[in-house]
Amino acid sequence: MNYEILGIAVLWFFLYGYLIVASVDFGAGFFHYYNKVSHKNYQVNKLIQRYLSPVWEVTNVFLVFFFVGIIGFFPDTAYYYGTALLVPGSISIVLIAIRGSYYAFNTYGSKDSRIYSFLYGMSGLLIPASFTIVLTISEGGYLDVSDGLVTLLLGELFTSMYSWSVVVLAVVSVLFISASFLTYYAFKAGDVASYWLFRRYTLFWSGPTILASVLIFFAIRRHNPQHFSSMLDISWMFLLSLLFFLGAVFLIYRKRQLGLAFVLVMLQFFSAWFGYGASHLPYLLYPHLTIYDGFVNETMALALIAAFIAGLLLLIPSLILLMRLFLFDADYVRGNR
Amino acid sequence: MFMEYDAATFSRMLTGLTLGFHIIFATIGVGVPLMIAFAEWMGIRKNDEHYRLLARRWARGFVVTVAVGVVTGTAIGLQLNLLWPNFMQLAGQTISLPLFMEVFAFFFEAIFLGIYLYTWDRFKSRMRHLLLMIPVVLGASFSAFFITTVNAFMNAPQGFELVDGVITDIHPIAAMFNPATPTKTAHVIVTCYLTSAFVLGMIGAVKMLKGDHHVYHKKALRLTMMAAFIFSIGTVVIGDLSGKYLAEYQPEKLAAAEWHFETEEEAPLVVGGMLNEDGKVNYALEIPYALSILAHGDPSAEVIGLEEFPEEDTAPLIVHYFFDSMVFIGMYLALVSLLYLLFSWKKKDWMHHKVLLWAIAAGGPLSILAIEFGWVFAEIGRQPWILYGIMRTPEGATTSEHVDAMLLLFIGLYALLGTSSAIVLRKMFNNNPVAHELEHRGIEDRRDRS
Ligand code: HDD
Ligand code: HEM
Ligand code: HEM
Repeated sequence: MNYEILGIAVLWFFLYGYLIVASVDFGAGFFHYYNKVSHKNYQVNKLIQRYLSPVWEVTNVFLVFFFVGIIGFFPDTAYYYGTALLVPGSISIVLIAIRGSYYAFNTYGSKDSRIYSFLYGMSGLLIPASFTIVLTISEGGYLDVSDGLVTLLLGELFTSMYSWSVVVLAVVSVLFISASFLTYYAFKAGDVASYWLFRRYTLFWSGPTILASVLIFFAIRRHNPQHFSSMLDISWMFLLSLLFFLGAVFLIYRKRQLGLAFVLVMLQFFSAWFGYGASHLPYLLYPHLTIYDGFVNETMALALIAAFIAGLLLLIPSLILLMRLFLFDADYVRGNR
Repeated sequence: MFMEYDAATFSRMLTGLTLGFHIIFATIGVGVPLMIAFAEWMGIRKNDEHYRLLARRWARGFVVTVAVGVVTGTAIGLQLNLLWPNFMQLAGQTISLPLFMEVFAFFFEAIFLGIYLYTWDRFKSRMRHLLLMIPVVLGASFSAFFITTVNAFMNAPQGFELVDGVITDIHPIAAMFNPATPTKTAHVIVTCYLTSAFVLGMIGAVKMLKGDHHVYHKKALRLTMMAAFIFSIGTVVIGDLSGKYLAEYQPEKLAAAEWHFETEEEAPLVVGGMLNEDGKVNYALEIPYALSILAHGDPSAEVIGLEEFPEEDTAPLIVHYFFDSMVFIGMYLALVSLLYLLFSWKKKDWMHHKVLLWAIAAGGPLSILAIEFGWVFAEIGRQPWILYGIMRTPEGATTSEHVDAMLLLFIGLYALLGTSSAIVLRKMFNNNPVAHELEHRGIEDRRDRS
């Protein structure tokens, strides 16, 4: 394996991490608001808060990691994406800022406020939608590169079926991932009412998730046939993803092994995510930029990889401690601490 | 908008806006964990619940400021790429290592902060809980260190060769530890501690001015002022060393800050003043030899003046005021904390005198202003360079046509976040006053309320 592949694999892995933890986080924020306005179940919101409070800040770091890392490993992306993404990127920043701060204001401030809850619940759903623009652009056809100027073709972007299908997939996946995690969490907490609610949500959102995934396949085939044919070359990864999905839904439906069910959901997205990523290679931005012409010099690459390994040695034990104290501590989960 | 569109100018305004907003929360984020650790440690050592409550209440307020620090930090991180793509393309090749390590430091801090906040009563040994604060303090200070090395690199780039516009022979470690790094990182970190001590001291002083003379506030004041005094000495000493760094590596920046036009020996220091039309200084206070001492530690040393540089390579002269204001505030903070300590030692009945309490309360906003002034001086003083001697600021900027609209968008965002966080913090402490919480936790003692 060469440095280029190693670098992009590490970054892609971080983005996957963000995809999972942020989905749980964003979905939980949305359910929190939804339950509040529909007066469904007060218990549920306590449960959500207990999970989110200690971990929300960690979620954000995954994202920062990714964009700091991609500039480190592939400095040329700054030039292409940086120029083109000013407007959509700024909108994402505003959404992230609102989401993070109002979450903290609502949770740590003196009382639970309906407006704050609305702001962070809704911005959480819009963030994934706005981020997907980057993935969409990377397929090519939405940028005009001429005379050293890079411009985003907004008209093309907003009228393309492909870009809308990615947005739909992002939003429903967030709700599906989040609901399947919370089903498991509620079960562990022994909170029966919440468990039934989230189980219903998970089953409800499973249909749209799979429909949206299929829709993407057709959209990519129309938009970027070359990418589509590389996807077919590794179609086993997508089939695997489908199997994981069916397994997860089956377990949740039969109310068995909910922890395993959530792991299957993670695997479902893992195989689809890496299948998508692998078939996208070598392009970072089709057809202008590949991982080979945008790569950082070798000295820096080595330094970054060394720093990365040292950092992991520090972080993994700390993360394990965090999870043992909050995620896997039965007393904490039940609210006895 | 109100002026002719120029992407580079608007990018500078937007960068300055975001950094200026972020830096308030970032400074508090670096300094307050240390103060929390001090308070909790005092509480354990003296077995005094007041200090533990202090740590608890500070930590609670801290979470809100961290949240805004994190989101604005994320904003500035993304914005650097969006607004300065050409600069980041070059910086990515040379200085991405500390940027990368900074994220690790944050990650480390974030994990332990999460644990700290939710484990107040979970361990049998109180010391264990305090130990959790150490990674938070280290993570915060190291992230400040790493990010500041990036800024140091912009002032004193090294660790690479530029041959016909192509970068070769890259040494990431040399780029990180450039000549500006020692003074810059030390000054930034110590001023974060100083500012946090004064901001927290301000809270106690204001409570006492409002007539609440609970011993809890007196203890808070004493702890913060002791820390503030030590850090203010550190600030002045390292500030002086920063001046010596400038004299050696960026003489035109120092000269612009000091309105020092002609190269001369035994140079006087110009304080305040105004420039008239033909470039002469009026109404200024001149301290003989002082500039030579600041620049080289020797009253007769020669200090290079602005005349030796072409005009297009020097910074706007307005930086003088920012520099002077920062130094003035630095002296003020050192003096106020010294007076408090002197009184507490020799003249106890003046220790909580109204005038002194007012002076301490003013120290909170003033120290934040000093941070802002310091950065404005450091950044505008580096102009016209984005990368000193290598890349001019407009060359690094985006070519996008929408930076002005984004500027408005972010002004709105920061106005919203600034007001909301102020409201939340006020409510948080007013709805749950100290006396109330002391009673609630069963640590109230009648004798304390004098
Ligand atoms: C509470 C804040 C504060 C206080 C009281 C002071 N400073 Fe400062 N100063 C900063 C906060 C700061 C800063 C925000 O941290 C800066 C901006 C950029 C930097 O590196 O640090 C800075 C920069 C800075 C620089 C420019 C470094 C450069 O551009 O590379 C010099 C020469 C000084 N300071 C000198 C002083 C002196 C002689 C002080 C005497 C009292 C002083 N500062 C007080
Ligand atoms: C790693 C640290 C930093 C980096 C990489 C950085 C980068 C930049 C860049 C690229 C610009 C635009 C070019 C320019 O006008 O000089 C800028 C401007 C500015 N930055 Fe920094 N900066 C850093 C630290 C800070 C901090 C912490 C502050 C604190 C407030 C700050 C304040 C400003 C201001 C006020 C401007 C506008 C200056 C002007 O009007 O020309 N900078 N910075
Ligand atoms: C010297 C000036 C600066 C200091 C002292 C500083 C410090 C901080 C602090 C304390 C936080 C809060 C995060 C936490 O507590 O976990 C923060 C967040 C952040 N800062 Fe700054 N910052 C500075 C300037 C900058 C600049 C110039 C950048 C841009 C490159 C930047 C990038 C970030 C990022 C990306 C975050 C969010 C990190 C996360 O998500 O955990 N900071 N910064």
